[in-house]
Amino acid sequence: MSKWQIFKNGVFNENPIFRLVLGMCSTLAVSSAVVNGLGMGLATTAVLVGSNVIISLLRNVIPKEIRIPAYVVIIATFVTIVDKLMAANTPELHKVLGIFIPLIVVNCIILARAEAFASKNTVGRSAIDGLGMGIGFTLALTVLGAIRELLGTGTVLVAKDFGFSGFSIFPKENGILLMVLQPGAFITLGLVLAGINWWARKKEEKKHG
Amino acid sequence: MAEYLVIIFGSIFINNFIVSRFLGICPFLGVSKQVETATGMGLAVTFVMGLASAITYWVQKLLVLLNIEVLQTITFILVIAVLVQFVEMVIKKSSPVLYKALGIYLPLITTNCAVLGVTLININEGYNFLQSVVHGIGGALGFTLLIILFAGIRERMVFAPVPRSMEGFPIALITAGLISIAFLGFTGFKLNALFNF
Repeated sequence: MSKWQIFKNGVFNENPIFRLVLGMCSTLAVSSAVVNGLGMGLATTAVLVGSNVIISLLRNVIPKEIRIPAYVVIIATFVTIVDKLMAANTPELHKVLGIFIPLIVVNCIILARAEAFASKNTVGRSAIDGLGMGIGFTLALTVLGAIRELLGTGTVLVAKDFGFSGFSIFPKENGILLMVLQPGAFITLGLVLAGINWWARKKEEKKHG
Repeated sequence: MAEYLVIIFGSIFINNFIVSRFLGICPFLGVSKQVETATGMGLAVTFVMGLASAITYWVQKLLVLLNIEVLQTITFILVIAVLVQFVEMVIKKSSPVLYKALGIYLPLITTNCAVLGVTLININEGYNFLQSVVHGIGGALGFTLLIILFAGIRERMVFAPVPRSMEGFPIALITAGLISIAFLGFTGFKLNALFNF
């Protein structure tokens, strides 16, 4: 597989949220607005790339029996770094994302990539795999965040940390409050996944005539 | 006594770990196909969450004492990993059937965000030792309630004619969304007044 294919694989073919359905907790929790999704996605990407690189570097050193605890410590280290960086630079976002930043440690995507990819591939390929998966995750979170923020509040891209008040599409009173509340997360993701299944099936049928 | 009841009922109904806090979604979607395995999973998680809340309370005290709170995430996840390994060994010895049914999801309790989540929430809320343990168990009971309810629905859904594109995850997520709407009814419930006898 070429490097471009590895990258594309993470973003589309094996998109962590839409195709593999991994990392559901943070997906559902932070997809209430574009900025939250984007922030969470980029934080996860940073951790993914960092942990993939280090694990790939150490892949011949870590004994097989204790590899999982070793991976977890490496991942937790990067999560702590990202957590502190965000607390210092984007305090508003850090407050909104709350415990979901330390909880990146238990995001299945990261451990899954460490085990399935980084432990068997070279440093460069692992970094690209981390980047692809991270961008795929970010993209999916942003799409979900955009749908929920727009339908729920009538505005997209409100970013307090960057002094951006967003684009108002329709008045707030006409928004569906349910979309930004918890049920909206489940229902939006369910419908988007169904849409993707439908589209994938249609493409498949076309291919086979 | 009243404050503990508030914590228990609050963590089961108002701040339910699954539908309101979004913690523990992976096992919720993964191990909810049969009521029996869902119950086993719920009990295992309850045990781990209660114990993890108790242990991390003292671990946090130690971290503060040594002035290395920055290592919180790393130490907590290690404590949880060890605990889960322990529970796995106990279940393997005592109930091989349950061990087989839970399969891959048993070691995955380590990466169940509900466990790490509850320990972090305990610290953020400033709970004392007993409050932490009660919150851990209450949260886990809320998780167990939801996963059993959901498994009950899914057992029946197997026979329902679901559109092909909705099969599997999509219909499960939408069902969860409907349960979540029901649980929204509990928001704003004044538990303090209810238990103030």
